[in-house]
Amino acid sequence: MLKNTLSRTIASVALCATAVVSLPAHAGKTLDTIKSRDQLVCGVNVALAGFSSTDSEGKWSGMDVDYCKALAASILGDANKVKYVPLNAQQRFTALQSGEIDILSRNTTWTLTRDASLGANFVGVMYYDGQGFMVKKELKIASAKELNGATVCTQSGTTTEKNLSDFARANKLDIKPLVFEKNEAATGAYQSGRCQAYTTDASGLAAERSISKTPDEHMILPEIISKEPLGPLVRRGDDEFFAISKWVLNALLEGEEYGLTQANLDEKKSSDDPNIQRILGTSENMGTLLGLDKEWAYRALKATGNYGEIFERNVGKDSPLKLERGLNQPWNKGGIMYAPPIR
Amino acid sequence: MVTWLRANLFNNVFNSAITVLLGTLLLYVLSQVWGWGISHAVWVADAEQCNTARGAGACWGVVAEKYRIIIFGRYPFEAQWRPLLATLLLMALLLASCVRLFWKPWLAALWVGVLVVFFILMHGGVLGLATVTTDQWGGLPLTILLASLSVVGAFPLAVLLALGRMSDLPVIRSLCTVYVELIRGVPLISVLFMASFLFPLFMPVGTSIDVLLRVLVAMILFAGAYLAEVIRGGLQAIPRGQYEAAASLGLTYWQMQGKIILPQALATVVPGIMNNFISTFKDTSLVTIVSLYELTGSLDLAVNSDPDWLPYKLEGYLFIAAIYFVFCFSLSRYSQWVERQVSRGKVH
Amino acid sequence: MAFWRNQKTRGWLYQLAALLLVAACIVWLADNTLENMRNRGIQSGFDFLSQPAGFAISESLFGYESTDTYWRAFLAGLGNTLKVAVVGIILTTILGVLLGVGRFSHNILIRGLCLTYVEVFRNVPLLLQLLMWYLVCVEWLPNVREAEPFLGIYLTKAGLALPWFGDMPVKAGFGIKGGVNLSPEFFALLLGLTIYTASYIAEIVRSGIASVPRGQREAALALGLSRGQTMRLIQLPQALRVIIPPLTNQYLNLTKNSSLAVAVGYPELVSIANTSLNQTGRAVECIAVIMAVYLTLSLLTSAFMGWYNRRSAIKER
Repeated sequence: MLKNTLSRTIASVALCATAVVSLPAHAGKTLDTIKSRDQLVCGVNVALAGFSSTDSEGKWSGMDVDYCKALAASILGDANKVKYVPLNAQQRFTALQSGEIDILSRNTTWTLTRDASLGANFVGVMYYDGQGFMVKKELKIASAKELNGATVCTQSGTTTEKNLSDFARANKLDIKPLVFEKNEAATGAYQSGRCQAYTTDASGLAAERSISKTPDEHMILPEIISKEPLGPLVRRGDDEFFAISKWVLNALLEGEEYGLTQANLDEKKSSDDPNIQRILGTSENMGTLLGLDKEWAYRALKATGNYGEIFERNVGKDSPLKLERGLNQPWNKGGIMYAPPIR
Repeated sequence: MVTWLRANLFNNVFNSAITVLLGTLLLYVLSQVWGWGISHAVWVADAEQCNTARGAGACWGVVAEKYRIIIFGRYPFEAQWRPLLATLLLMALLLASCVRLFWKPWLAALWVGVLVVFFILMHGGVLGLATVTTDQWGGLPLTILLASLSVVGAFPLAVLLALGRMSDLPVIRSLCTVYVELIRGVPLISVLFMASFLFPLFMPVGTSIDVLLRVLVAMILFAGAYLAEVIRGGLQAIPRGQYEAAASLGLTYWQMQGKIILPQALATVVPGIMNNFISTFKDTSLVTIVSLYELTGSLDLAVNSDPDWLPYKLEGYLFIAAIYFVFCFSLSRYSQWVERQVSRGKVH
Repeated sequence: MAFWRNQKTRGWLYQLAALLLVAACIVWLADNTLENMRNRGIQSGFDFLSQPAGFAISESLFGYESTDTYWRAFLAGLGNTLKVAVVGIILTTILGVLLGVGRFSHNILIRGLCLTYVEVFRNVPLLLQLLMWYLVCVEWLPNVREAEPFLGIYLTKAGLALPWFGDMPVKAGFGIKGGVNLSPEFFALLLGLTIYTASYIAEIVRSGIASVPRGQREAALALGLSRGQTMRLIQLPQALRVIIPPLTNQYLNLTKNSSLAVAVGYPELVSIANTSLNQTGRAVECIAVIMAVYLTLSLLTSAFMGWYNRRSAIKER
């Protein structure tokens, strides 16, 4: 170990010097660092349709990606000034803890353990999800409680394994988990028939079904066995950046509540509604309280549209996933998406 | 002809029986393979045709359709001439490094030069080339980069470790021994996990090192320990008289090692070094487990998101297995050739 | 002569410098890690080992339940590692020796096949072979519902089920109950490790036999022993002394390579450690457990090697 660490250090220092890519160091104040490097570094999922995925040209899209864009637009004035760092489930927390990324926007479930012991703060909830099961219709199963004796495929590095075994214990079912390092391997094993069911968050199931060759042959079982509030995280110890991240998310939600869309945003600048005036910075300057300027929310909304638009474009009715809004409706339309007021 | 057949296939009843049995079996297997892989196979990128031929014949169309992603991974499509050129350059240099005539100090300088060009081509950002960040690198260029840089980087480390293990100084000797045995005792994947998940925690707050670089360093440290043992074998084969003669000439330790001992020791272990290179080349496939898209990973990338072609993943695997095979087999043949050269040299 | 020109003094100075440098690096890294953990409120320590793991493991030698503690989970993982390693070592030795001896056959067909085998399987990465075997296992084997037993044996996507002392495997629900069950994950891993390692063992055996002086063989044949007897009684036993040390290395390699099981979903040590790492966030601790276990295994092997070398050295006289 001694020599190992020594050579590791020497080698890494030497190789760094020969210059491949290394980011400028962050110096405690995340906002200052982002501004000085003129780029937001955002940790995202390697590939999850609807949340973060790349097209053949390497362009990122998805809900988690859109949040990064909105944040970059708000802070830097340009939604394209984001560097996306694709992370797998195991890498994500150390990447955030070590300062490799500024923010982790990678469909991560908010739990007590993670909030309390990982040195991170959850910004809010981007998507209310829950773990479900997908099976092939030919099995003729109507409920997850009929999975006794079944083998269930899942990916390691998530909360799903524990939920699965909790569910099995509570319902006295004998379920064999088959755990793979990579999600592709888990879905591959499910597709080939090695597993009777595949389990992950319901949104992930929909994503998987949408890219399957025959989506009609698969069904998502009605049971949702857990609460999975997914949201972005920032490092602890920087309340300023924490607040900005939190309020950009809130601005996206408020935008939907007050009917501010990408298309009508400029028109709404002349609105008489004091709430809209405050959001768009045409009356009071709310941005300075966050360390930004008065158009901070305008830029975020202009870049990605409001939360509803982000949802429909990436995972909702305008996407192959066709997910229902459900819990993710605004509070005044039957959902639980409720942002504290911008005032 | 007949005598040859008699001597090699039918020299007694038992052998004749084996020949007939094995021959029939072999013919059967070969005809099946021929049928599946060649005569009933679909060669064009047409998912419909592949679907009808499924079960009876292979679908090489998956390679025809996806070869760009399999070979180059996520690298931007229009810019793929850059990794192609960079890879060809690196391969040419690898070939040149196999020629004994070129084993001169300028070869090391050439390596540095080519690597710089390689990085400029791949990464861009200068000379009007668009920047392509390392997370978009993938496929064969990444495999070759990882393999060659690991061995090139491991070499100096290994020489130092080997000398350290043979040293008279007890502290140095034990440090080097501990390092080599530690690394050789654990699986590569745990070292890769360490580089990928843990390394950021070991660094001061805010330092950020590219994950590709971290994995590369891990591969170097791993390959170094194995290479050190190969080189130590060469050092042990040097007769004591050589050391004594060098010492009596009044040479210092480093003069003795650099001018007398190491050149002889390294020449005898060239086949071992080549074998180390082959293992490292194969080991690069493991980086897919820590989410780098080298050849094995880029195949996943190419077929997993495309349900039309997903059923033909086996054909994709066979294609990249063939690529690995061509590289490793030619390297091992070369190493055997060198081995014969070396042993012939000893007789003289 | 000034004291720094003295070779002995200089040697000690070098060593002191090296030691200080290594120590400084360790202190620096440890300090960084602790600082990082303190700043971010990351919890550390091995206390989690005695807490309930909460996740299930698909196969285990000693009845493990999801309510058991983390250290029991690690133990189950270690059990699975050793299971595949021990079975793999036995099978690969048999296959490897046959292939190595086959290289000396009079029959050119056998020689050619053995050579082809070695060249093909040695030159393709093990991980790729594992993925291919697993793909073949889960794609081409029949579904449980459509499967018919052959002599009471089921070979399905749920794995290989063999009768065991009158306990016949039968279809039950989604899977197969009774008899001895081997999962496709275990099967693919075993197949891959055995076939890959055998190609190395074949070469070791071949060069071991080739190292036995030719006179030995000629003498044995002259005494009237058959070719098979000569190989079995004269050549192999003498080759063994050359064969055993690299063979032990291959056994160790096979054990270490079993960690690639994470790619095919077999719950061995590394896979369990990975899951635990994600449940608890104790990355340093979990990877330390993996390394410690493998190091112990390899030190045990080295100790055995040392013992064997001493023994065979005495015998030589």
